[in-house]
Amino acid sequence: MSSFFSYLISGISLGSIYALIALGYTMVYGIAKMLNFAHGDVIMIGGYIAWLVFSSLGLPVWLAIICAVIVCVILGVVIEKIAYKPLRTATPLAVLITAIGVSYLLQNTALLTFGPASKTFTSVVPDSLGISIGGIDITGETIVTIVVTVLIMVGLTLFVNYTKSGKAMRAVSEDRGAAQLMGINVNRTISLTFAIGSALAAVAGILLCSTYPQIGPYTGAMPGIKAFTAAVFGGIGSIPGAMIGGIVLGIIENLSKAYISSQLSDAIVFAVLIVVLLVKPTGLLGKKINEKV
Amino acid sequence: MKKILALVLACVMALSMFACGGNTDVENTGDATNNNNEVVENAGTLKIGGIGPTTGGAAIYGTAVKNAIELAVNEVNANGGINGMTVEFMWEDDEHNAEKSVNAYSTLMDKGMQVLIGTVTSAPCIAVVKEAELDNVFMITPSGSAVASIDAPNAFRVCFSDPDQGIGSANYIKNTDLAQKVAVIYNVSDPYSNGIYEKFAAQAAEVGLEIVAAEAFTNDSATDFSVQIQKVKESGADLLFLPIYYEAAALILDQANSAGLDLPVFGCDGLDGVIGQLGDKADLAEGVMLLTPFAADATDDKTVAFTTAYVAAYGETPNQFAADAYDAVYIVKTAIEAAGITSADISASDLCDAIVEQMTAIEVDGVTGKMTWSADGEPTKEPKAMVIKNGAYAAM
Repeated sequence: MSSFFSYLISGISLGSIYALIALGYTMVYGIAKMLNFAHGDVIMIGGYIAWLVFSSLGLPVWLAIICAVIVCVILGVVIEKIAYKPLRTATPLAVLITAIGVSYLLQNTALLTFGPASKTFTSVVPDSLGISIGGIDITGETIVTIVVTVLIMVGLTLFVNYTKSGKAMRAVSEDRGAAQLMGINVNRTISLTFAIGSALAAVAGILLCSTYPQIGPYTGAMPGIKAFTAAVFGGIGSIPGAMIGGIVLGIIENLSKAYISSQLSDAIVFAVLIVVLLVKPTGLLGKKINEKV
Repeated sequence: MKKILALVLACVMALSMFACGGNTDVENTGDATNNNNEVVENAGTLKIGGIGPTTGGAAIYGTAVKNAIELAVNEVNANGGINGMTVEFMWEDDEHNAEKSVNAYSTLMDKGMQVLIGTVTSAPCIAVVKEAELDNVFMITPSGSAVASIDAPNAFRVCFSDPDQGIGSANYIKNTDLAQKVAVIYNVSDPYSNGIYEKFAAQAAEVGLEIVAAEAFTNDSATDFSVQIQKVKESGADLLFLPIYYEAAALILDQANSAGLDLPVFGCDGLDGVIGQLGDKADLAEGVMLLTPFAADATDDKTVAFTTAYVAAYGETPNQFAADAYDAVYIVKTAIEAAGITSADISASDLCDAIVEQMTAIEVDGVTGKMTWSADGEPTKEPKAMVIKNGAYAAM
């Protein structure tokens, strides 16, 4: 029984990372209605910046976090301005392909800048934060990740629902044309969304690299895809859905590794996703929106 | 806004054209110098080609091989070349992709390649070996360890094949009585890791080692090993076998430490580099054993000379791949010298026949040990068992 709990805890720990990344995905999708496939790579850039400042230059943690957030916010807004904004009226497919292009651009830029070998990342979480309950160790990284993810989830929900900018975001999400007619600056709202999404990516990057202490040009790619899956699982566009989707995905992945087969765990995870989408096409918490004619 | 964009695009285009123009110029000058050389020395220029991934996910291996070949070729040229022939080295990137590798091979053939060192990774190598067999071009792969990577009479390799490493590991563990019950964590999506594991399992059954846990992961799930470690912990194993590359191994050692798993660890040549990868947690690698023909920290003259030159040239410690590639150049040199070829004015096919004839006769003492070859292209050399002590390799 104790091993079951230990699998469960490690699943939650893995899932909380997915959830944190999925929040960024779902935020951008919910408002800008586009899949920002470069999100995983912005995470990687955030990780590299933190690595440069903290592990490489040896400056304090808070400075590393601030630098990573600032660089990612600038990067996110610039990407949006250069790559996505000119395609505002293009088909969703064109935007999707562009996002994949941006993803490759970032990966290869990192490859050329930092080299192909992955670097060792020093965890930003002190070891002393780890606790042990009934013989099961929970690492400091897991605790910090879960706390940060919950805080961000609550913060985002409050922001979107109760602030003026949040209201603008919801309006843009619902009907871009009408929002513009009501005097909402659509471009600024979408830029703000990308800025917030990229700041989340920086935080996710730092926690991802602290939990699994390596950073390479492809570090963000696979967690990005898993987190996207988690976002779809929870209902893409829904902020609490991303959190639940991430945690559930992590638990399914680890339990299937433990009790079914360590070879097949990814296949099982995606099979569950297919089943969920067949039963509930909008995901666990997704809302069905009727297209108005 | 549109005008500015158009202007920027125009600038980019102009720049790229300029850049392309620049490249052609450099190539032309290169050719001119070679022509001059041919006039001065009758022996001429021998064109050696190399193929491997210098971009993409496997770039670390291709880069190491490319650097080491460059280093060895420069050394050879500085010491009078091969029988007076200057060596010209040409490299093509294949991004660890079989199709691109075949294209790279064709490009090199068009440029007049006479000997191929490559390809670096197993899967592209399997595709290229067929082409090289048709053209009858001598090829030696430094690191393509899959059995099918050298499935041609004109193809040889420097590294051990995957099955050899699996069998060698099982025999070593049994003969030195390291363990009775072995747990394995391996990468099922990697032919290298999977190949070693399968042969290891077969040989373990043969010699009477018990495999109590065989846990897999894939390239896509190579970050979280908590479940595999927990299962190893419960299996009652007294040794953990890791036939994987060092990046994942560093994560496993770290996570095993957090989970309180304290087993001796045994691995193959892929573990070389684990000390550096662990960074400030390097003490976790203490006591890790590995079976490898090359260790950058070894203290023999050859290794020290190679490592020092490599670090001076590229600023990083050479890995297994670099050592294999460095040896490959000297193997080609030894074989050509043994064949008594003194002029580079020879077709790739004739050169291939001459080299292949010598390959089974020569012995090369390289940085990865003393090697001889059988007609099927497999090297015979002693794997050295190393243990990590005080952050360095020590013989066991």
